[in-house]
Amino acid sequence: MSDSKLKEATRQYAIRLGDDALVLGHRLSEWCSNGPFLEEDLALTNVALDFIGRARMFYSYAAELAADGSTEDTYAYTRDCREFSNLLIHELPRGDFAFSMARQYLVDVYNLAYMEALRTSADGTLAAIADKAVKESRYHLRRSHDWMLRLGDGTDESRQRLQRAVDELWGYTPELFASDALEQGLADAGIGVDAATLRAAWEQAVSATLAEATLQQPAGDWEVSGGRRGLHTESLGHMLSELQFMQRAYPGLQW
Amino acid sequence: MTANSRIPLLPAEEYERRRRRANSALPSLWELLDAVKDPEIPAVSLWELGVLQDIALEEDVVIVTITPTYSGCPAMTVMAEDILQALAEAGYPGSRIVNRLSPAWSTSWMSDDAREKLRAYGIAPPGETDNTPVHCPRCGSGRVRNVSQFGSTACKALYQCGDCAELFDYFKPI
Repeated sequence: MSDSKLKEATRQYAIRLGDDALVLGHRLSEWCSNGPFLEEDLALTNVALDFIGRARMFYSYAAELAADGSTEDTYAYTRDCREFSNLLIHELPRGDFAFSMARQYLVDVYNLAYMEALRTSADGTLAAIADKAVKESRYHLRRSHDWMLRLGDGTDESRQRLQRAVDELWGYTPELFASDALEQGLADAGIGVDAATLRAAWEQAVSATLAEATLQQPAGDWEVSGGRRGLHTESLGHMLSELQFMQRAYPGLQW
Repeated sequence: MTANSRIPLLPAEEYERRRRRANSALPSLWELLDAVKDPEIPAVSLWELGVLQDIALEEDVVIVTITPTYSGCPAMTVMAEDILQALAEAGYPGSRIVNRLSPAWSTSWMSDDAREKLRAYGIAPPGETDNTPVHCPRCGSGRVRNVSQFGSTACKALYQCGDCAELFDYFKPI
């Protein structure tokens, strides 16, 4: 890739990672004041803040590379569904507490490995963001892993709900490890992560946790993808209508 | 106490940070910013917290480099505003803040002195590692229970003392 092509690919890659973080962060923030108890409410919103902070860093970097006057807010507030490139698992409605924790666990295992790999990126800014993210993801994973065991190996009700959540989420996990020409090119250039290389370790860790939590591993007989190409579930549009309302109603609003 | 039993090894980036201050041509500005405290934990200054990284003067414009604690720490904006306000009041309007991500902030940069200030304020200071035993900042007991991985802010976990029943924040090592 030429330098200018590589720069544009890096910008798009930063937007993808920013989209993943923003969309998941927003879903987590929906728990604010709705958590099952106060401590959990605080924990969920703190994790939400970590992801929103991560999104800001990725978007700001994309804006810096674009050098066209755009800012982090341009990416967060003025793009429509088809321009969002997050992986689908992040946009699914928060569901019940079991669903939110199951999703969190599945993406925490993934995120920790992904950010550990991104730390060695040839791109200094991406590596620096990943370096911060790794430290935070360790705490996220510890907590979501605890909840998997607590709910899975808990009451009949909690186990049933968590199993249902894992079943509903499972088909969205293969997309975590897919990549396209853009990501392959960046991985070859030592800038991006080849997510496929993370799959075996992810499956091993998740299988072990599911077994310990007395849950059944789903058969894996269906899968959905499309997020990176802007093909989303119906949930994203509803989410964006809320997330972007202020800037849509009052474009350029400052406070 | 945990604070005193630490092996006094200074991380390289913290050594560099202290050297930048010691060798700075602008000692009065560093002293000025010692008055700017963490808005969430007013017991420690931004310098003591490790957030304040560097101060430079470029053609009458003061440029302050800071590093975020957690990616999403909402206090960062307030910290930047507080720095600019302190500088403006001291006759340096139009100062600028630069955010530096690398090296990633670590609680290992905190001095023993800062740890003691946290403890006196009622927050258990960060341990060396995740496995360092936590002690109650009020009575010193090691019989404590983790109530939640996240306390009042992302950087803290919530604990309760089994002896004096104090509910307290623990500054998580990161």
